[in-house]
Amino acid sequence: MGHATIDTDELGTLVQVLIADGYQVIGPTMTGSAIELAELTDAGQLPAGWGVETGPGHYRLHRREDDAMFAHSAGPQSWKTFLHPPRRKLWSSDTDGSFQGADEETPRYALLGVRGCDLAAIGKLRDVLGGGTYPDSSFQARHQALFIVAVNCTEPGEVCFCASMGTGPAAGPGADLTLTEMSDHFLVEAGTDAGRELLARIDHRDATTDETGAARSALEMAAHRMGRAMPEVDLRALLAGSRESSHWEDVAERCLTCGNCTMVCPTCFCTTTEDVTDLTGDHAERWQHWSSCFELDFSHVHGGSVRSSGESRYRQWLTHKLSTWYDQFGGSGCVGCGRCIAWCPVGIDLTEEISRLAESAHD
Amino acid sequence: MTEPMLPVGYRVIDRTVETHDSATIQLEPIDRSLDRFRPGQFAMMYAYGVGEVPISISGIGDDGTLTHTIRSVGAVSRALHDARPGTVIGVRGPFGTTWAPEGAAGNDLVVVAGGVGLAPLRPVVLSALAARSAYSRVVVIAGARTPDEFLFRAELDAWTARDDLDVELTVDQPAAGWDGTVGFVTEPLARLRLDPERTVAFLCGPEPMMRFSARVLLRAQMPSDRIHVSLERSMKCGIALCGHCQLGPLLVCRDGPVVTYTVAEPLLTVPEL
Repeated sequence: MGHATIDTDELGTLVQVLIADGYQVIGPTMTGSAIELAELTDAGQLPAGWGVETGPGHYRLHRREDDAMFAHSAGPQSWKTFLHPPRRKLWSSDTDGSFQGADEETPRYALLGVRGCDLAAIGKLRDVLGGGTYPDSSFQARHQALFIVAVNCTEPGEVCFCASMGTGPAAGPGADLTLTEMSDHFLVEAGTDAGRELLARIDHRDATTDETGAARSALEMAAHRMGRAMPEVDLRALLAGSRESSHWEDVAERCLTCGNCTMVCPTCFCTTTEDVTDLTGDHAERWQHWSSCFELDFSHVHGGSVRSSGESRYRQWLTHKLSTWYDQFGGSGCVGCGRCIAWCPVGIDLTEEISRLAESAHD
Repeated sequence: MTEPMLPVGYRVIDRTVETHDSATIQLEPIDRSLDRFRPGQFAMMYAYGVGEVPISISGIGDDGTLTHTIRSVGAVSRALHDARPGTVIGVRGPFGTTWAPEGAAGNDLVVVAGGVGLAPLRPVVLSALAARSAYSRVVVIAGARTPDEFLFRAELDAWTARDDLDVELTVDQPAAGWDGTVGFVTEPLARLRLDPERTVAFLCGPEPMMRFSARVLLRAQMPSDRIHVSLERSMKCGIALCGHCQLGPLLVCRDGPVVTYTVAEPLLTVPEL
């Protein structure tokens, strides 16, 4: 089946059909001064006419001249908030030695507006949390229940570099439906049977060759409008060989070790646990919550933290993301969304740090 | 279905004080048993209401009991160390790689332990003794800060008395009543006459102790893949999901704790990795 075309208004029907099918539709919406991901009950909640201006340590909304709904690059949240929630109960126990798993009802999410970078990130989370000997059963259940509506990205931002990471601007495989937003219509492509069935229930027609051609050229132009590019070096080897580079000290002079980059990163998956008891001491629970390799306690063993300096913690983060992720999970941990650049309070740009590391490796 | 993040209830049935800060506890399953542990593997052990830490197995019972030797160094290990018979402990496991002593059959076996590092190695020695004829020479070198800080003291004495086992005990500093060796484990290790291509070494203790011991063995021409070490890092899940135990390319809970020195050497020589 080729591409279909739907009118812009028909997106409202898409949302309603998903809701009728029992999905919780999650998509971008304007909340205060950022575009966040939240539950949508109506396509009118999409941020029509809003664009985003990003830069290192910079994120501002601006009014666009058109009413485009997906013409904003990545916001502070990513879809991991829904697939791998920030905080979750693992179990509860009474003193008799029985442990009851947290019986959570698996939410059925329909993710609306997943860009190529973020679709790749969901795949990376699946490899990490769902691909090993002991998968995270909560993640797996949420992931299996997903309906994904991707959007091809025609409005990359200043901090974006997905083209150089091979994850965008066109959304890769894995989505049920993929949209390309044009001025007065959407081009739609179904990637799964579930997607085809859904498309059949909304008003659509076959796309003309002019329409598919226009969408293709919009994507090609987007690939050339990326604000950044990851340097074309062997990242895995560069970082494996840079463990003792003096450049880490240079980064550490700027890095606040705040962990923002890890919170906004769509693939950072680390968690820690928290054990609590009630006042009687007869009932205990364990909770899991997001954690960051920038926290001093993260590497704590008796006697202290393995990585107490800021330079060692930045090195851990960047090396893991771009190099040791290959060793551990068979690919890169970075998808080029640029969130870590935009939300770094001091504007550290990993593509720039890689350039500097590559230069110093040549010295 | 077993949920690997869900602890299984075990009850402490025996507790032996080893040193001023270490104790061995033996646990039996309350309802359900975990799979059988292998030497070198670890359990995530939960002290009720306090928290959970990774602890290597120090004894594997044929009757489904688990033996763990715990040094009290933090809130959780203190609670586990203090656990009296009857106490319920939540246990998850077995996790991680094994020393796989059976793979060393036909070779000389050299076991080098520093301090509480003897605990994860005890199952290696016990399994070697249980299949003694499978190995050529079996050497155990154990070091402690003081004579009072040896784990399994009675067992060590029994091992020393055997003529099919070479045991060398050494303490860091001279002490009253100690007429044995004084110095680091590297000294008796350096005196061993090794057949480097027919020896397998298992090292466990503080990282500097393992590095210096490995260096002695490498100097004696032992290939680094015949030297095995056990690594320690922070762990919250034990099953490669939480990210805490990273050491360069390794997830120590999954790729370790036991790795060859070929793998460990480039990682243990970089500070704060």
